Amino acid sequence: MATLEIRDLHVTVEADNATKEILKGVDLTVKQGETHAIMGPNGSGKSTLAYSLAGHPKYTITSGSVTLDGEDVLEMEVDERARAGVFLAMQYPVEVPGVSVSNFLRTSATAVRGEAPKLRTWVKEVKEAMERLNMDPSFAERNVNEGFSGGEKKRHEILQLELLKPKIAILDETDSGLDVDALRIVSEGINRVREGGEVGTLLVTHYTRILRYIKPDYVHVFAGGRIVESGGAELADQLEAEGYDKYVKGGATA
Amino acid sequence: MAEAQNLPVGSTTAGSVAVAAESTVATRMSAPPSFDVADFPVPHGREEEWRFTPLDRLKGLHDGTAKADGALKAEIDAPEGVTVESVGRDDKRIGKAGTPVDRIAAQAFSSFEKATVVSVPKEQVLDQPVRVTLHGEGGTTFGHTVFDIGAFAEAVIVIDHTGDAVRAANVDFIVGDGAKVTVVSVQDWDDTAVHVSQHNALVGRDASFKSVVVTFGGDVVRIHPRVNYAGPGGEAELLGLYFTDAGQHQEHRLLVDHNVPHCKSNVVYKGALQGDDAHAVWIGDVLIEAAAEGTDTYEMNRNLVLTDGARVDSVPNLEIETGEIVGAGHASATGRFDDEQLFYLMARGIPQVEARRLVVRGFFAELVQQIGVKDIEERLIAKIETELEATV
Ligand SMILES: Nc1ncnc2c1ncn2[C@@H]1O[C@H](COP(=O)(O)OP(=O)(O)OP(=O)(O)O)[C@@H](O)[C@H]1O
Ligand SMILES: [Mg+2]
Repeated sequence: MATLEIRDLHVTVEADNATKEILKGVDLTVKQGETHAIMGPNGSGKSTLAYSLAGHPKYTITSGSVTLDGEDVLEMEVDERARAGVFLAMQYPVEVPGVSVSNFLRTSATAVRGEAPKLRTWVKEVKEAMERLNMDPSFAERNVNEGFSGGEKKRHEILQLELLKPKIAILDETDSGLDVDALRIVSEGINRVREGGEVGTLLVTHYTRILRYIKPDYVHVFAGGRIVESGGAELADQLEAEGYDKYVKGGATA
Repeated sequence: MAEAQNLPVGSTTAGSVAVAAESTVATRMSAPPSFDVADFPVPHGREEEWRFTPLDRLKGLHDGTAKADGALKAEIDAPEGVTVESVGRDDKRIGKAGTPVDRIAAQAFSSFEKATVVSVPKEQVLDQPVRVTLHGEGGTTFGHTVFDIGAFAEAVIVIDHTGDAVRAANVDFIVGDGAKVTVVSVQDWDDTAVHVSQHNALVGRDASFKSVVVTFGGDVVRIHPRVNYAGPGGEAELLGLYFTDAGQHQEHRLLVDHNVPHCKSNVVYKGALQGDDAHAVWIGDVLIEAAAEGTDTYEMNRNLVLTDGARVDSVPNLEIETGEIVGAGHASATGRFDDEQLFYLMARGIPQVEARRLVVRGFFAELVQQIGVKDIEERLIAKIETELEATV
């Protein structure tokens, strides 16, 4: 059973010629089949956690460990992590001019699966996955994320999630910038992947509305670079009612 | 990354599009066109036509100190029916397609000993390309080649440059009425070479001329394709592809002079750059003269910067002297393959080398497909892959 273990993770970034510590000791275990919601105020370090797990070069791990089934994730290159089963749906997906979506998806699937998918079944697989996400077939011929609206970018991220079938899915604010219909479509996509029971999900969000569609097993409040409170789905209801004030003002960020 | 501009007829914008009573392209030059090198002052580097070029790396081609002391192995593989002659400067076909417009072009003209004239008779349709292989064996050489394509003939010409050379040589294309010509000039020199060349095409009535300029090698390469039309109905397609590595200066200057009515031109140049002090220059001058009613023209330059330390100068310039045209537009854009794009692709399991390849292949793919000469297309793709592997 796939397990991601994050232990006492400390992360810094270089900004304005100074080193700034963003993550200040994160502990979290995500098991296959579980869904963890990470909720917290703007700037608390949620994306930093997501990027650090995926291996973005801007973030420096100063101490702590991350393992996937006992394997040291921090030792792996970005592409190795993805092939090991870590998937990050980005808050702000990147435009890659000159590379078509279809070419990108196939190259990516080939890398992650370890062999090129059979052309005939692949075309069908992509087409059906796109249909389920209400994506027009013409997206396949467009350049990766180029000129996509915010919502289209998020659908494209979830399309990749469905095709790559990771062990651990980190979804950074996949709900932001979506209208109600798009939120439902994207949530259904995430749920299809979760229903397979093979993925452990880390759902990073600022708002509770996506939790109406995706029921988390655990909710963690993230503030000041660490998890300050953990609970079940009821914790989200409390956040909905009370907001983050208590965690921000209560000194948890200090 | 795109910054395109399409001009409605007769409109004007600030910058590089001008609706002018008289062309400034000619007046920007240091001297009027001439076959005599003495008519051009020695450039000092601030002239409009020289300001991007590293004069100190030209091995004296620009200031008269370069002496013809080198060797160049030339082979011409001509299909049946094609004639190859070696002629003197007084041959009437020489200079018919155009006159040198800068000092090095004039130096080449003043310095070559014999010119080569390759002729395709009228109405002859070649089923094999004419292949010209030029291999530099060191030192300085000058040259002049004329391709004289008869009316309604069809030909593909491939000119290959390899080896080490300091070379100033002009190439003329006389494209007869109704003829169809594709020329591919590949600059695959050693990284020590210096190559300066003016290409002059005179496109006949209803003729079509396609020029493909491919530059990979060389220390300094400066190619100057120019198109004039001899009659209405002519079409010119100027395609270019370059891969500029660390320390290389690759300059492509183009001029399309729409001097007669109802002609078309389409210019597409794309380049990738990688490494410290890789420098690509693209100048695209298109003139639509007052007489050139019904002109349809578009020019585009795209650059992809793969690493820090590379520099691009891209200057499209469109001058319109008549509003009675079908269309005129230009676009120039330089994009970066940056760390965020690399991260995104790698976060999907794609290894770094593969990620770079994906981006560069995608960038060039469409252009390569437009070349229309199969073995050249395949060779280019292979070459691009090697260039990529050399540095990542
Ligand atoms: N690359 C970076 N360079 C400089 N500062 C950074 C960088 N990345 C994050 N930070 C800073 O770290 C802090 C946490 O940012 P992060 O993006 O992780 O927050 P977040 O919880 O995801 O916020 P949001 O809800 O707005 O997405 C912020 O103060 C941010 O400015
Ligand atoms: Mg964030």
